[in-house]
Amino acid sequence: MARESEDAGIAKASKVKRQRKKKTKENKTRIVHANILYDHAKGEENPNRHYANNKIKTTKYTVLSFLPKNLFEQFHRFANVYFVFIALLNFVPVVNAFQPELALAPVVFILSVTAIKDLWEDYRRHRSDKEINHMDCLVYSRADKRYVEKYWKEVRVGDFIRLRCNEILPTDVLLLSSSDPDRLCHIETATLDGETNLKQRQVVRSFFELDCDFDPLKYNSIIECEKPNNDLNRFRGYIIHRSGRRDALYKENLLLRGCTIRNTEEAVGIVIYAGHETKAMLNNNGPRYKRSKLERQMNVDVFWCVIILLVMCLFAAVGHGLWMFQYGDKRPVFDVLSPEGTDLSPIMSAIYLLLTMIIVFQVLIPISLFVSIEIVKICQVYFIHQDMDLYDEETDSHLQCRALNITEDLGQMQYIFSDKTGTLTENKMVFRRCTVAGVEYSHDANARRLAMYQEMDSEEEECTSHGGTLPRRDSVSSHQSARVVLRSHSTKSHRRTGSRAEAKRASILSKHTAFSSPMEKDITPDPQLLNKVNECSNQMDFMRFHSQSMSQLPSDLSDIIDFFIALTICNTVVVSSPNQPRQKVWAKVPSQSPVKTIEDFIKRFTPSRLTSGSNSSSSSNSTLTKLDEEHPGSLDHAFSTVLPCYDGKACTPEEGELRYEAESPDEAALVYAARAYKCSLVGRLPDQVTVELPHLGKLNFELLHTLGFDSTRKRMSVVVRHPLTDQITVYTKGADSVIMDLIKPPDTDTAGRKRQKKIVFRTQSYLNLYAADGLRTLCIAKKILSKEEYACWLQHHLEAETSIQGREQLLFESALRLETNLHLLGATGIEDRLQDGVPETIASLRKAGLQIWVLTGDKQETAVNIAYACKLLDPEEEILTLNADSQVSSSNQNFTDSINPSSSPLSSSSFHTTPFTVHRLGLVIDGRTLAYALDKSLEDKFLAIARSCRSVLCCRSTPLQKSMVVKLVRNKLKVMTLAIGDGANDVSMIQVADVGVGISGQEGMQAVMASDFALPRFRYLQKLLLVHGHWCYSRLANMILYFFYKNAMFVALIFWYQFYCGFSGSAMIDQWYLIFFNLMFSAFPQLITGTLDKDVSAETLQQLPQLYVNGQNSEEYKPYMFWMNMIDAIYQSLICFFVPYFAYAGSDVDLFTWGTPITTLALFTILLHLGIETKTWTRMNWLSIIFSIALFFTVALCYNASCPTCYSPSNLYWTMQRLLQDPLFYLLSGVTPVAALLPRYFYRACQGTLFPSPVQVGRQLDKLPAETRRNILSLSRVKVGSPVHLKPPFLSLTKPSPKGYAKKDQRSFPTSKISQAKQMPVLQTDEEKGQRSPVGPIDSEKGLLDLYTLVPTKVDTLASTKEAPTFAREQQNPVTKDSECLDKTLESSALSLSSWITSTPLLTQADSVQLALPPHGGSQCVKYTRNSEERLSSDHTVHPVHRTEQSLHTTL
Amino acid sequence: MMASSYSTKEEDGHPSGASSHGGPGAVKSKKPDNTAFKQQRLPAWQPILTAGTVLPAFFVIGLIFIPIGIGLYVTSNNIKEYEIDYTGADINSSCYSCAKSYSWNSTTSCVCSVEFILEQPFESNVFMYYGLSNFYQNHRRYVKSRDDSQLNGDQSALMNPSKECEPYRTSDGKPIAPCGAIANSLFNDTLELYYVDSNGTRNAVPLVKKGIAWYTDKHVKFRNPGGNNNLTVAFQGTAKPVNWAKPVYELDPSDPDNNGFINEDFIVWMRTAALPTFRKLYRIIQKKSSTTPTLPSGKYFLNITYNYPVLSFDGRKRVILSTISWMGGKNPFLGIAYITVGSMCFFLGVVLLIIHHKYDTRNSSADIPN
Repeated sequence: MARESEDAGIAKASKVKRQRKKKTKENKTRIVHANILYDHAKGEENPNRHYANNKIKTTKYTVLSFLPKNLFEQFHRFANVYFVFIALLNFVPVVNAFQPELALAPVVFILSVTAIKDLWEDYRRHRSDKEINHMDCLVYSRADKRYVEKYWKEVRVGDFIRLRCNEILPTDVLLLSSSDPDRLCHIETATLDGETNLKQRQVVRSFFELDCDFDPLKYNSIIECEKPNNDLNRFRGYIIHRSGRRDALYKENLLLRGCTIRNTEEAVGIVIYAGHETKAMLNNNGPRYKRSKLERQMNVDVFWCVIILLVMCLFAAVGHGLWMFQYGDKRPVFDVLSPEGTDLSPIMSAIYLLLTMIIVFQVLIPISLFVSIEIVKICQVYFIHQDMDLYDEETDSHLQCRALNITEDLGQMQYIFSDKTGTLTENKMVFRRCTVAGVEYSHDANARRLAMYQEMDSEEEECTSHGGTLPRRDSVSSHQSARVVLRSHSTKSHRRTGSRAEAKRASILSKHTAFSSPMEKDITPDPQLLNKVNECSNQMDFMRFHSQSMSQLPSDLSDIIDFFIALTICNTVVVSSPNQPRQKVWAKVPSQSPVKTIEDFIKRFTPSRLTSGSNSSSSSNSTLTKLDEEHPGSLDHAFSTVLPCYDGKACTPEEGELRYEAESPDEAALVYAARAYKCSLVGRLPDQVTVELPHLGKLNFELLHTLGFDSTRKRMSVVVRHPLTDQITVYTKGADSVIMDLIKPPDTDTAGRKRQKKIVFRTQSYLNLYAADGLRTLCIAKKILSKEEYACWLQHHLEAETSIQGREQLLFESALRLETNLHLLGATGIEDRLQDGVPETIASLRKAGLQIWVLTGDKQETAVNIAYACKLLDPEEEILTLNADSQVSSSNQNFTDSINPSSSPLSSSSFHTTPFTVHRLGLVIDGRTLAYALDKSLEDKFLAIARSCRSVLCCRSTPLQKSMVVKLVRNKLKVMTLAIGDGANDVSMIQVADVGVGISGQEGMQAVMASDFALPRFRYLQKLLLVHGHWCYSRLANMILYFFYKNAMFVALIFWYQFYCGFSGSAMIDQWYLIFFNLMFSAFPQLITGTLDKDVSAETLQQLPQLYVNGQNSEEYKPYMFWMNMIDAIYQSLICFFVPYFAYAGSDVDLFTWGTPITTLALFTILLHLGIETKTWTRMNWLSIIFSIALFFTVALCYNASCPTCYSPSNLYWTMQRLLQDPLFYLLSGVTPVAALLPRYFYRACQGTLFPSPVQVGRQLDKLPAETRRNILSLSRVKVGSPVHLKPPFLSLTKPSPKGYAKKDQRSFPTSKISQAKQMPVLQTDEEKGQRSPVGPIDSEKGLLDLYTLVPTKVDTLASTKEAPTFAREQQNPVTKDSECLDKTLESSALSLSSWITSTPLLTQADSVQLALPPHGGSQCVKYTRNSEERLSSDHTVHPVHRTEQSLHTTL
Repeated sequence: MMASSYSTKEEDGHPSGASSHGGPGAVKSKKPDNTAFKQQRLPAWQPILTAGTVLPAFFVIGLIFIPIGIGLYVTSNNIKEYEIDYTGADINSSCYSCAKSYSWNSTTSCVCSVEFILEQPFESNVFMYYGLSNFYQNHRRYVKSRDDSQLNGDQSALMNPSKECEPYRTSDGKPIAPCGAIANSLFNDTLELYYVDSNGTRNAVPLVKKGIAWYTDKHVKFRNPGGNNNLTVAFQGTAKPVNWAKPVYELDPSDPDNNGFINEDFIVWMRTAALPTFRKLYRIIQKKSSTTPTLPSGKYFLNITYNYPVLSFDGRKRVILSTISWMGGKNPFLGIAYITVGSMCFFLGVVLLIIHHKYDTRNSSADIPN
């Protein structure tokens, strides 16, 4: 019944729509009235009528518009226009080559396939739209005076909606009433941003006081707010009551469509935005379309095809003209006049012929290529999506390919830009250590506990033991042992154990608490600190009991208690019990709830009253004590009552188990940490925080303000009234860099000043220590405001709050005014654990020739340590640190100059070079310096340095800087870039990169939304790139090349025929065969091969990351390969044409009896060609080839038998049937394909033996028995993966220098194409310091030669090492010796490499290296030996101990 | 679950990981199936092309091809073929005058004869071909210029031929039957063969003019309009092709089964040749008995009624007498091709063998140092 009335309403509304006046809608705001007031009014009078209704329609087409709109879209693709043009050309009688209708077939086929795909997608959208539009919700109906059920689509702006627990919001709703005692409504925004924690939304302030249920009939306010926009985190407006009062509206008042109501029994709101104007829908933008590198390359070759086509057509046209010309006036009988009976002049004929030839040769431009590529890519995406290894059980999510058409780009990456937090690390924060008032509490027990978790977690997981002062690098290097590395691969599937499993269980128990695995929750308190806390609270209790002033507490003790209070309350953590809505507790004692809003408070809290210092609510000690005595039960009741909610099961309350839901994991970690010290957060309301302290019981902190965290301020603050001291206190928590600057010792008290200074100094040193341990540091500070100060600040703040224009800016400034002159309490160190397998992934990605840059917002020390932990930086590397204002190190001044020749912002920068030898460099740069480096004048120099470094670490970088770095590298170096990140701060970087990867992790979905691929964990990147990327690339590259070959080969057949038919455009291949050859007869095998072919198995690809270089250098599809394929196509077509030609020469064969065998031969040749190129023959491959041949013969036989008079101009009646009886046909089929494919087959065989590509070596490895292969791989892994990593020369030799740097490189690297920094021994010896360029030409040349002379000439290097005097000591220890110094390691890796290489049909290392040596290599070699001696000797004298230690670990 | 339809960009059916809060019952793992196909682990044969592995293929091909080639070559050589050029381009040729004087418009026919001697007797059936050179029967506009429906006896097409026949579609307002350039240029020389026996008398060699066309052409593709009775009536209202001397129903008045569209000479001509130099079957000289050769060696006379001008386009006309084998006429090419390819394979096989021995053996014996 209700629905009927509403239907009428809808009808009315639609009528309104039709009658809509052209009213000026230029106002910048939207005004929403309640619909209920206008229910009886005519539709035109409803002020909300112009706003979109809630019916959503995401479909692109309607039944009528489908055809024109879809065609229009398809014709955006140039190729389609071209093919239609050719098809239409066929309708012109003078030039037509085929039956016009038939010529349309391929175009129509292609267009319809695409159209059907689009239609299906649109239908799916339509179905889901319909489903959504027909969901139910409760809307208030004036007629019924109650809420009635309506479909979502019927909801309109201005309707009142009642929402129940676990309902999904149908529109953007302004919250007017909530059943929650505190006028809150909890929502879960997982579908919007993926954040699984609950968020609080508040009822609009004006409706705060309502004690009873909200009555829509009494509502008569008007809402004015902004126009619909897609900013999820912004909503501004105000509500105007009848009384004329205006109240501001914030995003806290708005419930967004798509969110779910949680923990709130009922809420009522008014619809503000509906349907497509909701923020969720406005955020909905379609999938991204990028063009891959391969496709760009392909388009160049398509362009070449066009040129070839035109050349062929022109050639034929000129030929025809000449042919005509030679007959002169004597018109031969076979030269048919034009239909009009007039003579065609040779020139006219030639022009007509040109067009005809374009039709005949159209096959050269592969019409089906584009469709085939799309099909193959969809299949590739499907397979990637189905990969079990990319599935994360813990989150039940797998890889999502959000961009469908750049899969092959994954195989061509050269640079990876990674975020750190959440990407490399888990973003699961664990409280590790803290320092309070300058005293460090190391939490050793906690460290042990964590270590235990870690062990359980997985044995091979690395580098997370930060315990105590354990030297970090040792733990790194210990993992380089072969045993560990090997096992990491064999036990991959059994990795997730221990705490992971527990975490999973926990997360199943409560889906809402995202960040609270037991590991994070259970914190073992430091006994010393715990004692102090106890002592402190004891004293406070005592003092309170004796009504002494709290300020008499010893300052160190008060600092401790303040520290924990700050940890507890300075956050936005929400306390909740799982799965339960909070109950209305109306039976509250009135005295407890008078202050409900800050405003209320302020109203009564006029400056005059401030001085009185007493407030009825909770300020005085006595009331508080009373309260605590009176109402512990009520509070308990409020938070932990059992109420069966949506899952139907009675949830048993876990005694004392409160869940903390934080927006960031750091906050949760701190709250849990405080709880471990019995200082726990028990409740948070908008205006008060309840904290339970030992001995003191529950304390209510009156929350005056919360100044939220933002990335500019890098801190957050809360302003509370301290219940014990009754002082207005500001607690601030933030990054140490900002807090430390704001600390100001008290001016008055010299002792305190001294003490504070000491604390600051000590804390700073501990902070450095924490950072060195890779902990995230936060500083905690407080400030006590006098009431006058507060009142003064409040004045400004209120102004800021109520202004609509520039409110954010004003609030920001207001916050800055408050957060000054802080008193430092302490600092915390939070550990962010590395994700599983990150070091291995980075190591193998790096071996794959990928440059990995980490761009993080973290502080430098933390970042550097994490970088060490994940093997991004190597202890053996020299670290260049670019800090714009670090101390000047004179010895490196020259280097500085090399980046910065003139006086510029970098003039004070310096390099800290670690003193031992370096073959590779790591660059660490901080945000401020990065800003200088990204300057136009310096970016080239910055890049030059960065490129010569093996790894680059940018710390303290802003999101914008991240994207600028990516852009710079991408544009200047012309490389393929991949950006991976998980948070909103990575979005810009992800969008800029060629391929953006989002980690669907803890920080919401923004990164995922912006990404092309979404991964559950970082380590999946390895398989995604190394395996799928490689496969996708090599499959597509081969398929595209094959396509070009196939078409060229087929078309060339007709071209040769032109020489024998007077260039008349005649074709011996029937039009049907010609048109369907590509589309049907030869289409399937290549699709199968393009989808399923695996050149190397997944295992080998992962174990030999070097094979990835194949894709980076585009080795499967180089420009010359196109031409090689063309030449091969020409050769093959010549064979396929001339063998039948000579076999039938002079015989009585007719046109098509001769043409059909040629077609057949071409088909055989083309399929066998594919056979040669196919690397894996699965059932599908066989089937597809058999199917293709069968299809051809079936179609041919049917077609040849079907109609004796049709298919003008060709008529093949019974031709195939006769051919099948002709032995000559079979004889031709035997010899022609063999002759045509002989060269390619021979070439492939020779290539496989004489100069196999790395990929072929990989394939040969695949063939070996599993046991042998494992041995070989383990050998190569250990050696190749050893600190001095050496790629096989045949891999690195082919590395091209990026084009953009070609000029520079010519100077820097004259002898070789190698420009990879990781191979570059950048020499740091004294004599080279004078070089202007960081990589001087001579040095680099020497360095390069070093590498290559070392490998083959074992004798030389051995000799040189013996000569090195300091080496003798090392040699006593054979193990150490082996992997110790540069050349030895090189040599050993070379040995191992050559050993695994020689086990397969390969040249020795030496052979291929010799090729690369310049003729004067010998002399260089000698030079090197001298150099290396010097270097080695100096190194070992400087740091022998350390290096020995290193090597011990390496060779374990 | 419904919520998931909101999460953006899920048209491709990959709901985001965050949408699994739909209800307690709807916990369905999205774990991919562990099937060989989906995990791309289908069993496969992985050939690796190296000298060692392809070596056998080369030798096998070589060993198969060379004998076949030799067989083909021998077969082809056993075929006897004799060719007479009677174009008359040469001043010494007997048909010189005919060639000079004749054009399409002449009404009188010119007769000339050529004498030749067969050195060897032709056994079994002998096929008599006429051959044309430099005649582009495969010219695009020429090939199109016909109407298959008309040739199939379709009445409406007979009176209203296809546009493809232009400009040989109508003549004096009447439709041409058969229309088109192909029919118009029908080869119309008449050839007669005489055997001059030892005492000098000329004996006409019996030439069979039926059975020279494809069976399907004669019986399916080509049909006379209105059945085969009284072709004159059937072709009433049509005109003869411009170059023809007589209408289509007079092509072979003696034999109603070989007249009109189903005249075999006509059918053979209508099957357009693939290459500019071609031959077409003209007559068959049937084998008389197993003892006497079909064409004994000796002197022959070829009597030509010279109607077909070819000199204007530099053409040549020939008569070919040939026996055939199972693989058709005389053509040594295929045999040579097989022998060449076979030897190439063999040679390359040897090269690969050398390569294999030089480079491959080391790996196969090399064991992995452990």
